[in-house]
Amino acid sequence: MNTTRRAVLKSATASGMLAGLIAAGALRPTQVLAAEWNKAAFEAKDTAGALKGIGAGAPADSKDLILKAPDIAENGAVVPVDVVSNIPNTSSITILVEKNPSPLSASFDFANGALPEVSARLKMGQTSLIKAVAKADGKFYTAQKEVKVTVGGCGG
Amino acid sequence: MADPMKIRAQMKGDIAEVRILMAHAMETGQRKDAAGVTVPAHFIQSMTVEVGGKKMVDGQIGTSVSRNPVFGFKMKGAKVGDKVIVSWVDNKGDKRTDEAAVA
Repeated sequence: MNTTRRAVLKSATASGMLAGLIAAGALRPTQVLAAEWNKAAFEAKDTAGALKGIGAGAPADSKDLILKAPDIAENGAVVPVDVVSNIPNTSSITILVEKNPSPLSASFDFANGALPEVSARLKMGQTSLIKAVAKADGKFYTAQKEVKVTVGGCGG
Repeated sequence: MADPMKIRAQMKGDIAEVRILMAHAMETGQRKDAAGVTVPAHFIQSMTVEVGGKKMVDGQIGTSVSRNPVFGFKMKGAKVGDKVIVSWVDNKGDKRTDEAAVA
């Protein structure tokens, strides 16, 4: 094979990509990594540990935090979930699947006009409670719902 | 490099609905392949959504998010034509940024 040609092709794609990224304003790694991944919380093996990891020791139940999920999920690999917080000044929403090997699924911080609501698709290993935790004015609130899973989505 | 994201941003009244589909395997590190070898974890760890030059969502993601994750957000204060920039970084340092305009 003609190695020079390879090299030229390679460098051409690389520099082309770089230019594209700069144009898209993507080359701001400090911004993307602004919030460091919360390793302790995400690797916690139980809900209590995960909650502690995000700083929410004992969140209070709230009716203003709405968690929508199916009663029965036929496929645990894709479970659609909607979380809407009507709590004033909600700054973040966290979603946990209690019986997953790592319960903490996702955590979102909202700013600059983003409404405190999120929809996502989760994996569930087995029938479990799904918990949503909202942070507002430094306090934590929670809502939960049980989802029955007929086919697991975590390995198996 | 990973496949492009699909981003749809649409004004509904005065709120922009942003839906994002990321192409990612989201391996949990628990699954075994056909040969019984554990597939190493490979998943998106963080993501950001920027609309009209302002960072609106800063998310951290774990392994219990489904493969090819879909996220939906709603933004106030956006207008038609605003640029929506979504970025993610996974646990292997792979990253991807895509953009769309609010319609």
